[in-house]
Parts: sequence; C-alpha cells; structure tokens
Amino acid sequence: MSNKEKHWEKTKGLMIITLIIWFVFGYLIFMFGSDLNTSSFMGYPLAYYMCAQGSIIAFVVLIFWFANRQEKIDEEFGFTEKEDD
Amino acid sequence: MFKGNFIDNLPKIYGTYTGGFIVFIILMAIAEQAGMTAKTIGILFVAFTVCIYALIGYLSRTVQVDAYYVAGRQVPTVFNGMATAADWMSGASFVAMAGGIYFGGYTYMAFLVGWTGGYVLVSSLLAPYLRKFGCYTVPDFIGTRYGGNFARFCAVVVLTLASFTYVTAQINATGTIASRALSIPFELGVWVGLVSILLCSMLGGMRAVTWTQVAQYIVLIIAYLIPVFWISNKSGFGFFPHFMLGEEVARLGELESQFGLVKNAAADVKAAGVPGGLKSIAVSHAGVPEGGMAAWKFISLALCMMVGTASLPHILMRYFTTPSVKAARKSVAWSLFFIALLYTSAPMLATLSKISLIDPNLPTGIIGKPIAEIMQIEWVNAWINVKQAFIADFNGDGILQLNEWFMRGDVVVLATPEVAGLPYVISGLVAAGGMAAAMSTADGLILAIANALSHDIYYKIIDPKADVRKRLLVARALLIVIGAAGAYIASMRITSILGAVAWAFDFAMSGLFFPLILGVWWKRATRQGAIAGMIAGLASGTAYLIYVYPKFMGNAPWLGIDHLRFGIIGASVCLVVMVVVSLMTEEPDKATQQMVDEVRVPSGKTILGKQH
Repeated sequence: MSNKEKHWEKTKGLMIITLIIWFVFGYLIFMFGSDLNTSSFMGYPLAYYMCAQGSIIAFVVLIFWFANRQEKIDEEFGFTEKEDD
Repeated sequence: MFKGNFIDNLPKIYGTYTGGFIVFIILMAIAEQAGMTAKTIGILFVAFTVCIYALIGYLSRTVQVDAYYVAGRQVPTVFNGMATAADWMSGASFVAMAGGIYFGGYTYMAFLVGWTGGYVLVSSLLAPYLRKFGCYTVPDFIGTRYGGNFARFCAVVVLTLASFTYVTAQINATGTIASRALSIPFELGVWVGLVSILLCSMLGGMRAVTWTQVAQYIVLIIAYLIPVFWISNKSGFGFFPHFMLGEEVARLGELESQFGLVKNAAADVKAAGVPGGLKSIAVSHAGVPEGGMAAWKFISLALCMMVGTASLPHILMRYFTTPSVKAARKSVAWSLFFIALLYTSAPMLATLSKISLIDPNLPTGIIGKPIAEIMQIEWVNAWINVKQAFIADFNGDGILQLNEWFMRGDVVVLATPEVAGLPYVISGLVAAGGMAAAMSTADGLILAIANALSHDIYYKIIDPKADVRKRLLVARALLIVIGAAGAYIASMRITSILGAVAWAFDFAMSGLFFPLILGVWWKRATRQGAIAGMIAGLASGTAYLIYVYPKFMGNAPWLGIDHLRFGIIGASVCLVVMVVVSLMTEEPDKATQQMVDEVRVPSGKTILGKQH
C-alpha cells in the first residue's frame, strides 16, 4: 500500500470514530430521553441538560479533538502543509 | 497606533472595537440617567452599530477576484470562527430561539442539538477537503469534480432555492427590528435593512463580509449574554446561570403541575380574540414526552438540521477563506465554540423568563394573580397594546391562569430585561444585537447566491473570457438584484406562506449533501450519478413537501415526517439514485480519480489555481 493509501485508511478510521461519538451524543442518548430524565446532573434533569448544554459541549470538544488527531495523522505520513502553500 | 499589516493587528483592532462598544453602552446608560428617552437610545444603538459595519465594509473594498470571492484566503482560524458564528446565527436564533424553548420546552430543543451537531459533519467530512480543492463557491466544487456545466448548473439551482428561502426571513427580521427601533413603517424598515446589508458586502465581497461579521458577532454575543447574566444576578437565581438554574427548572415542573398544562381549544382562542401568532404555555419545560414516536420526532428533526447544516453553501464557503487546510479544520471547532456561547445561554434565558413570569412567589410573577392588578403593570400594558401579548379570562374568575396568558415568542428576548426591571439601555442593546444577527446572516446568504450566479453561471458558463473588472461588476450588480428581490418579497409580508427557516436546511440536504460528500469520499461517483442525484433529490423532497404541507395538499405525514423534515425523503432518494446511476455508468477517468486523491491530502497545491 502506498503512503497516500495508508494515510487515507487512517483518515477514514478517524472519521468513523468521530461519527460514532457524534451519533451517541446527537441521537443515541435522545432515544432514551425519558429514562435519562429520571437522573439529574448539576440539579438539571439529565435529558434536559444534555440538549441544553451537554451534547453541545461534547460536539465542541469532539471537533477540537478530531482536528488535533487529524493533524497528527498528516504529520505521521508527511502530508503537513508548508506555511507558504 | 497599528504598525505592520492588517492581519497581524486583528486582535488589537477588534479589541479596541470591543472596548469602544462597551464605552458606547456605558455612555448610553449615563444618557438614560440624564433623561434621554427610550426611543432616542434605541435609534442611537441601531444607527451607531450599522454605521460602524458600513465603515468596515467601505474600508474592505477590493478589486481583486480572490479577495472578493474568498477574502484572499488569509482569515485566521479564530476570526473565521467568529465570522462563521455570526453568519450562522440568524435573527431567528437571536430573537426567536429562547421563545421557542419557552413554549416548546424539551421538544423544541431538538433544534439546539441539530443546529450544533452539524458542524461535526462539516469538519470531518467536508470543510478541509473543500478548502484543499481551492474553489470559490460550492457549485465550483461540483462543477470541477464531476465535470461539465450541467452538474454545475444543478448545484446552483439547489443553492439558490435553499439560500433564497432563508434570506427573505432574514431581511424580514432586519425590517422588523429596524422599524421598531427607528419607529418607521415595516415596509420602509425592510429597505433600510437591505441598504445596511448591501453597504457591508457590495464593495468588498467576501472580504468585507468577513470583517463586518466579526464585528457583528461581538455585538450580538455581548447583547445576548449581558441580559442573561444580569437578570440571573439581579433576581437572585445565581451568579453563573448556566450552572445554577437546576432548582428553577425543578420549580418550573412543580408550577406546571400546580397550574396544569392546558391546551386551549382553537375555537376558544379564536372566540376570545387572541391576535395571531400568540401562544400560551401548554408543554412541559424539561419533561420528555413518552413513546417511540416522540423520540423519533426529536431525532429526525435533529438529523435534518445537522445534515442541512453540512449542505448550506453560505456556511461551507466560510471555510474557503482560511490560509490552510489545517486552519479550516480548527476553524470549524472555533465556529462551534462561538455558536455554543449563545446556544447554551438560550435555554437559560427561557428558564429565567418563564420562572420570572409564572412563579407567584416572585415579585415579577403574574400567573395566579388578579387580572385587574396585572393590567396595571407598565410592561404588560405596553406589550398588549402592540398585540404582542394578550389576556383571555377563559374561566371568568378574574385570576390569571397559565393558559390565559398569551404572548409572542420574540417577547421572551425583547421583554425579559424589562420584566426583570433592567434599565432601557439593555433593550437598546438587544435591538442592536438582533439587527447584527439578522444582517450578518443575510449578508452571507446574499453573497452565496450572487457569487454562485456571477462565478458559476456568468463566468464559467456564459462568458469565460470576461476580464476581472467585468466579473466583479456583474457580481456586485447581482448582489443588488438578489437583495432587492428578497426585500421586495419580505415587504409584501408573505413570508409566512414561504414557510419555515427549516425548509432551507431540507432543500439543501435534499440536493447537495450526498453529491458533496461522495465527491470526496467515493471515487466511483460519476457525473451522471451526481446530476441524477441532485435532480431526483430536490424533486422528490419538494414533491413530498407539497404533499404534506397543510397550506398546500395537507396529507397526513408518513412516519411522522412532516414539512419540517422533508429533507429525509429528498436526501434518501438522492443517495439511492446517485449510487445506482454511478454504478451503471462508466467510472470517472484517471485524471478525475487523481484529483480526488490529491484532495484527500492536505499538503501541496490546491486543485484550482489561486485565481481562476
């Protein structure tokens, strides 16, 4: 496998992990909204908290994490951009 | 004062600007104490901020193609994040979102999840690759990846339909705010709004829009957060509302069961003469509706908004302006961070507003008190007079019940500062914030349409030999034409029949989502497949909308997929048709496959030249 292909394999892997986490915070937990709401977080019912703040914060953290991971992958295979590109 | 080039000085420039804006707020507060009228303060707030944006628009004028279309590709990560956040958060987010949560509770909050989660798709599937491609517009990518003018043309059609649906609502919002703040008729307010919007974009295209959007973000976030924190502290709900309103949310649940959540019969509401658009609270604030169908409706709405986000050209094109692919990725993260500052505050504002009004133990509470007494309150009178609030004593006991208090959703943002007894300067600030939110989104949308028409239709299809001067002239002329068309439609007050903002997301996802992502992620995707997918997706989505929308054919929704969610049908059809047709046609040639390989690595030259 060429360098480019290996890079793309890893990139795809990261994309799939990112979308799995996205699915959990965007959909999976809200399938069980009424069960979630029986517990609480910081005094808020949990399902309410997750859509008011929890999932949104999770998405922000997820995208920062994804960007850093992808930079590492690019570095590993020598595809980092030069500053003057 | 500012040595060196403009980009290096950005933090200083916007720091000074923010400081200046805060000084302006303080001056207005002093003027209020000195006896300046509320009306004058409102006018000064809107006029002052709009003049600043116009000045930035003028200073950013340009005669270069890449500056006009992609801001010269030198917008730093964090600033592009702010600009995208302003581009994203519309007048509706600013003025109506808290109201939506106030009335819709948990069910409505599917929008919050949907309007933020889409950025995960943008960052992992699209933004870095489109940046590497080096296109000026979204159809530019479709046209080059799949080849041929017809594919490009189809993408322009989807883009125009989705963005135009959205832009009339934004111009409508600028008109409403301008007319209220400047005390002029709505029809005139719309045109004042349009002129303000064009001042920001005409001379400098994307470059001007970028730098005004950053300025508009700063105004709108200050205008949103100050009231939330101030109200929470003043009324003693907690120093940092986001972490401290748990008790209030629980108390709302108690009050809901005490007063009862009554859904008024439509006939009673009509008989009582409640003005159109006003609602009473009938849905639990934090309670989750039982059953699989309710969960599916929540999830399907979030899905449409997320996929729609990743297909809306005015958002995607913001990531064409970063200096590198790496910066494009990071910039998506910053965008969502800046958006989250407002989105996580909206539920808090809704909670504060609701508890202030419905808790009879609080001095601000009105529910459960004698109506005669409530009618003496100044703000109640003021909002009833302009038909934004209404009292209907259904049971005739002279006491205001929860289901007897009607108001418009916008009132939550616009009146809560007044209810909590904040000075008028805050209401002026909120008007300036709403104006900034609506203007910035309208600018992004009008520019997206005008750029697609001028670059993809005029330059790429009609006259590929046109020189730079002529191209930019056409681009600017189109900007005016599209803005005027939007304003004309808004001034006719028919936006309610043009449907919801959500439609823009559904149109975009029906026609563009799969052609965009498969263009990067599936080498086998062919021109015929993409064209068939775009046409079939848009056609089936639109047909389903007509089939299901109450004002058109009004048939029963299939599996709960109503007119807010028609993109699910459109995008599914688009995917199936695109895959089947691609597999039936010959695979793309070597050159195209190589191009896709190149797009997938960040280093190296962009596919399209710096100026094209």
